[in-house]
Amino acid sequence: MESNVTFDYSTALADRRIPNPILTASGTAGSGKELAQFFPLSDIGAVVTKSIMLKPRSGRATPRMAETPSGMLNSIGLQGPGIDIFLENDIPWLASQGARIIVSIAGETVEDYAVLARKLRAVPGITALEVNISCPNVENRGQVFACNPTTAREAISAVRRNIGGELPIFAKLSPDVTDIVSIATEVVDAGADGLALINTILGMVIDTNTMFPRLSQKTGGLSGPAIRPVAVRAIYQVHAALPNIPIIGMGGVASGRDAFELVLAGASAISVGTATFGNPTAAISIKQELESILIEKGFATFHQAIGFAHREEI
Amino acid sequence: MEMPTINSRAKQMDAEVISNKRLGAYNHIVLAVNEIATYAKPGNFVAISVGGPGSSMVLRRAFAIYRAQIRPDGQGVMELVVAPHGNGSKWLASREPGESVNIVAPLGTAFGIPTEPVRALLIGGGYGSAPLFALAENLKAKGSRVDMVLGASTAAKIYAPLEGKRSVNSMTITTDDGSAGTQGRVSDVLPSIIEQNQIEIIYSCGPMAMLSAITDIANRYGVMHQCSVEESMACGIGVCMTCVLPVEGRDGITRMVRTCIEGPVMDGSKVTWSKSREIPDGVWGK
Ligand SMILES: Cc1cc2nc3c(=O)[nH]c(=O)nc-3n(C[C@H](O)[C@H](O)[C@H](O)COP(=O)(O)O)c2cc1C
Repeated sequence: MESNVTFDYSTALADRRIPNPILTASGTAGSGKELAQFFPLSDIGAVVTKSIMLKPRSGRATPRMAETPSGMLNSIGLQGPGIDIFLENDIPWLASQGARIIVSIAGETVEDYAVLARKLRAVPGITALEVNISCPNVENRGQVFACNPTTAREAISAVRRNIGGELPIFAKLSPDVTDIVSIATEVVDAGADGLALINTILGMVIDTNTMFPRLSQKTGGLSGPAIRPVAVRAIYQVHAALPNIPIIGMGGVASGRDAFELVLAGASAISVGTATFGNPTAAISIKQELESILIEKGFATFHQAIGFAHREEI
Repeated sequence: MEMPTINSRAKQMDAEVISNKRLGAYNHIVLAVNEIATYAKPGNFVAISVGGPGSSMVLRRAFAIYRAQIRPDGQGVMELVVAPHGNGSKWLASREPGESVNIVAPLGTAFGIPTEPVRALLIGGGYGSAPLFALAENLKAKGSRVDMVLGASTAAKIYAPLEGKRSVNSMTITTDDGSAGTQGRVSDVLPSIIEQNQIEIIYSCGPMAMLSAITDIANRYGVMHQCSVEESMACGIGVCMTCVLPVEGRDGITRMVRTCIEGPVMDGSKVTWSKSREIPDGVWGK
């Protein structure tokens, strides 16, 4: 039978529907302008912005980066203009490009998260909020919010209480915990509509010539294909425990095959980070490759493939 | 605040290796790049994907463009001088003619060339001399006087092709070990050259410590100094925020700026050169 099957590539982020599941990863797409030179930003599901904080941040000193086998370490320190300049410049520009926008926010205190949420609640044109809680809590000896169930909950509920309206919030978790499912359960209970998994893994490189750590901050976040199995495991475990919670999956996705692996584990959307550094058009090739793989495997919709690795074996 | 953006001519393409020849410590590589050759200016750089499909090297490598031109047969070519010191540059240096490499170019800022003839001093450290020869040709074409100083640790690391030597009025070589030219650093010979030739503008490219030393001398003599910086980059296209330097903007505020977008060519006097692994005081958002 000759049929004109159209594959439904759209996906849902809580109550928002986007035309395809490929997103940028926070902190790896500049302001969006840089990548717009290589492809129309409206071609991907959404642009996830760098994590924006209340005030301008210089970020850390260099060296901020070290390449590692199949990955890299970074310690940018959330360099950025602060929420006010960001809302004035970045958001209107992204909107003018027809890009769907997921704003990532980060705070140093629970109150920071609350204020950021209030500043964003009335801003038009935002699809969702990603709440990066993988940052040091200055009120708790610098321990990362996402590494402690109590502070993870406090940060997310501060956003939930202050965001108002219906803007979905995705809590971005750190894999550097003993039990990611318990943190996930905690933040969902605190009002997160979805989860973003995973942030970078803490690592270190020592330069054997200078015999000092390579990065100025000594440690940095590991990203790239090296961490993909950790991402797949985290997404799989969390999806098994919380099957109705949408997950934005990321960690080392460099091809359609890699994206498919995270989708099988339970991701409803895929963020592409480090791969963009090696190839400015990575997100577009991943989008095309994933679609072909899904069609080839016989899926009629993207939705059917989400968490497919969890099915009963027969 | 206006946001600086990526070189508007930047394009991604697979470029065929036309030739690859060993020259002393370096490889001279010629790539077929079509119309990119018309847009690349001295100072611009190219970001090249290394290692082939499935490689464990996930980041692009940045190289200064040695020269770009449209050949008489109409072919657009880009020439690079590659020092094979890491796994990425070694991979590139071992490409055979006929193979392709994925490039993004031209990237970054270019050396500014005055419209009037000037007395210019070009200073290169190691393979940092690469972009200076095309710059020298452009300056000469405008009727400028061009003096050049090249420095390296040892003679084999001086990159000075014959045709390059012909495009300058004088060439001074310094080596740390004295194996060629004057023993010492480029900064040792600068004051006398600046004074003797009444230098009006300095262009430089090389390691940070050298650029910092040149900036001090340029400031002392009140000479303009355009330097091409080398901060390690992960992407080359402004999205990773790793290649930053503290640079004073037109508004007088010093920010951590991306050297892949606002550089690599920058006004040396606006850069806060510091050896410490800390953000200098007074930088915006510290
Ligand atoms: C240079 C760099 C900067 C990043 N900045 C942020 C950030 O601002 N906020 C955030 O939530 N994650 C940030 N991340 C983490 C990524 O969004 C992503 O979670 C991680 O890199 C794993 O994906 P990947 O392997 O595809 O890069 C950053 C990662 C890198 C490499």
